[in-house]
Amino acid sequence: MKHTLSPQRYLILLAVMLTASVGDTLLSHGMTQVGPVSLQHLGLLLVALKNPWVICGILMLLGFFASYLTALSWADLTFVLPSTAFGYVVVALLSRFWLHEHISVYRWLGILLIVCGVGFVANGPSLTEHPKPESEHR
Amino acid sequence: MMRIQDHAGVFETWVTIITVALTAIAGDVLTAGAMRRIGDLDEIRAHSGLMGAIKAVVSSKMFLLGVLSMALSFFSLLFTLSKVDVSLAAPASAALTFIGNAAAAKIFLHENVDRRRWLAAIFVCVGVVLLSQ
Repeated sequence: MKHTLSPQRYLILLAVMLTASVGDTLLSHGMTQVGPVSLQHLGLLLVALKNPWVICGILMLLGFFASYLTALSWADLTFVLPSTAFGYVVVALLSRFWLHEHISVYRWLGILLIVCGVGFVANGPSLTEHPKPESEHR
Repeated sequence: MMRIQDHAGVFETWVTIITVALTAIAGDVLTAGAMRRIGDLDEIRAHSGLMGAIKAVVSSKMFLLGVLSMALSFFSLLFTLSKVDVSLAAPASAALTFIGNAAAAKIFLHENVDRRRWLAAIFVCVGVVLLSQ
């Protein structure tokens, strides 16, 4: 049986793509405001949890986690993971066409490689078929 | 504009990045293994509702171990981002995690990581590094 996905399941993968990259961006922005954390001042990590950008990032990553777990329940890890990288492409394209930022040749090449990588996996089966144990056949 | 940071040395930089990647790989493999054991969440939700699906997930010890690894990875990422430039830390840990996950999924989850999936992991890994340039 070749495992293909329904449109609803592609929507879950879309949520996996978008929430991960947006969440990471928010966290990164928050941590630049918090400042450097050293081994002697690990308590600062708890202070970081009060930063609104870090809080928004965490909420976004919770949404990511829910959609990621749902996807893992019907697809292989090596099928779901490349889709998380596709979020980087979305962020890069948004920054180009919305924020009018410059995208270097390296970045365009990176975008092309990620799109190809996701395309390779998306064209294949989503789940590895494992032979069922004898007891389950009876 | 460059950020002024308390920069880490080469050894500390890579130890923190590799720690982020290893804990992320452990978290991904443990949660994926747990979800495989639990079964299709859409079906569970259809039979037992959303609470039934949540209960099925959070009562799995393997899942909880996976979450613990992810939490460790999250805090080590926060720690790393405060010491190492995000333009190195984020793509380097992501790239290591992609390649490591492909190997770990084949070894521990017995997924059929064929040439197509290896190529995808390598393409995505190189692509993420290039995107950070």
